Amino acid sequence: MSATGRILKEFANLKARRPLKLLGASGQLGYGIPTPAFNAGLERKPDLIGCDMGSIDIGPYYLGSGNMATARESTKRDLRKVIIAARLHDIPLVIGSAGSAGGAPHLEQTLAIVREIAKDEGLHFRLGVIAGDIPKDIIIDAIRAQGVVGIDGMPALTEEDVLGAAHIVGQMGMSSFEQAFKADIDVLITGRACDTAIFSTLPVMLGFPIGLSVHLAKIIECASLCCLPGGRDSILATLDDEGFVLESMAPQRRATPTSVAAHSLYEQNDPYVIIEPEGRAVLNEAKYEQIDDRRTRISGAQWLEAQQITIKIEGSTRVGERAILLCGAADPIFIKNHEEILRDVTKVVRDLVCEDTPEDYTLFWRVFGVNGVTDPLPDAVTPSEICMTIECIAPTTARASEVVRTMKQYLLHFGYEGRLSTGGNLAFAFTPPEISVGTAYKFSVYHIMTTARLGELFHLKIEEL
Amino acid sequence: MYLQDIARVIRSKNAGPRCTTLDIMFNSDEDYNRVIQSKVINQALIAKLYDMPAEQVNIIEYPMSRALKIAIPRKITAGDPGDRDVYGAQQHARLFKVEIL
Repeated sequence: MSATGRILKEFANLKARRPLKLLGASGQLGYGIPTPAFNAGLERKPDLIGCDMGSIDIGPYYLGSGNMATARESTKRDLRKVIIAARLHDIPLVIGSAGSAGGAPHLEQTLAIVREIAKDEGLHFRLGVIAGDIPKDIIIDAIRAQGVVGIDGMPALTEEDVLGAAHIVGQMGMSSFEQAFKADIDVLITGRACDTAIFSTLPVMLGFPIGLSVHLAKIIECASLCCLPGGRDSILATLDDEGFVLESMAPQRRATPTSVAAHSLYEQNDPYVIIEPEGRAVLNEAKYEQIDDRRTRISGAQWLEAQQITIKIEGSTRVGERAILLCGAADPIFIKNHEEILRDVTKVVRDLVCEDTPEDYTLFWRVFGVNGVTDPLPDAVTPSEICMTIECIAPTTARASEVVRTMKQYLLHFGYEGRLSTGGNLAFAFTPPEISVGTAYKFSVYHIMTTARLGELFHLKIEEL
Repeated sequence: MYLQDIARVIRSKNAGPRCTTLDIMFNSDEDYNRVIQSKVINQALIAKLYDMPAEQVNIIEYPMSRALKIAIPRKITAGDPGDRDVYGAQQHARLFKVEIL
């Protein structure tokens, strides 16, 4: 029998219920898991190790390109650490949103590393895999059935958007994870998934209250971020039928009532609800009680079941090839007039590069020191230096590169009104100052989908390693 | 007194690619209540600071953590061409100099 089968069987035969211990090993697997806290967590004999591996926050590039945000070596180091520990202690390991964005190429890269580790370490286990990709015809059917709604004002999804997207994934929830746990597995790796499902599925299957399980999951999927001071170290949650206790496995991190409650604010637009495909946890009655200096007990979350399961879908579409120019300036006259200079040079460049080719590119500049990050406040002071990124998105790498190289040369030598410095207008920290940075993507899908074809999504595959 | 002199945390971050959230947290109930009762942090102020209609600003009081949660729409979807802050983590700075009565 494998790890999930064993714990389901144990709870089915328990005379008296016992608390469940869940170890949140990492909120972003692939950026390093601090060993001392992780080992301290293992000493507490957890019933499950969970790691979230992805997010939409990193932007559309990773989902679109199929590349992972984390380096392969550090990803392998983290995976090796959690796989060896889970097999040594013979407990389930659950990893959600594989490879940063949770699409097919991300999942495949993650699985390739897992297979390597199993081979290197001589480990044998039952691996469950659930892909998070949503077939395009299912989304198109849903659009035709009026079952797709934009999130936060996202425009209505069209069939062209769907067909044009490089990858579209959906966030699977507890019901998808449940099929894997029932299939008697040791390790579960999924494509795009709700971060909560990693931790909430097992307790819900064992009969713990859903509201508490989801609340717990939403906190520990970020490891010790809910503590004071917040950090990446592993965290242990101990759940019973009335509440759960949080304790960071790093001694300097304290889970206090205020710090844990504050975690509900993080990356959420409403701190009182956690929305899942199957329903929502409501936190208005949540209680946070201090046990001691380092531990807090949480209770009170309620669960409202949805009338219908909905899936959050995310898709990314190629917009072109991106090249950028990095340069600086310290000349006060140039800095004072930079907006007009950039506009004028843009026109000069357009006339040159569009002499025999259509204007098929877009150009963006960001002037750091002035408005590279936000629009300036009325009392903003004039900086003594500025940094500029001049970005071109064009149909081909060659075209984007041509445009930024021409921009470089004409911006460098542009004879603007009032110029004293005739040697050159720009400082380059290195040459070449232009870089082709690959394909640019945008989020084209960020919607909620209701589908009659739910049963066709998120299929479990079993692999014996 | 400015908000930066009384708040423990002033931060921003996306809540999904279409929404920026701003969190303001305080050290004590006294500080929190002072800011809440002053009513300085309101829809009109946030709308002015972030240049958007007031009805698009959502403010939630969260006394459990002595915090205010503000959600505003992003003017550009995170990571779209022309975006300046993909994570939305540097949109909080203009709250520092809000004057608290």
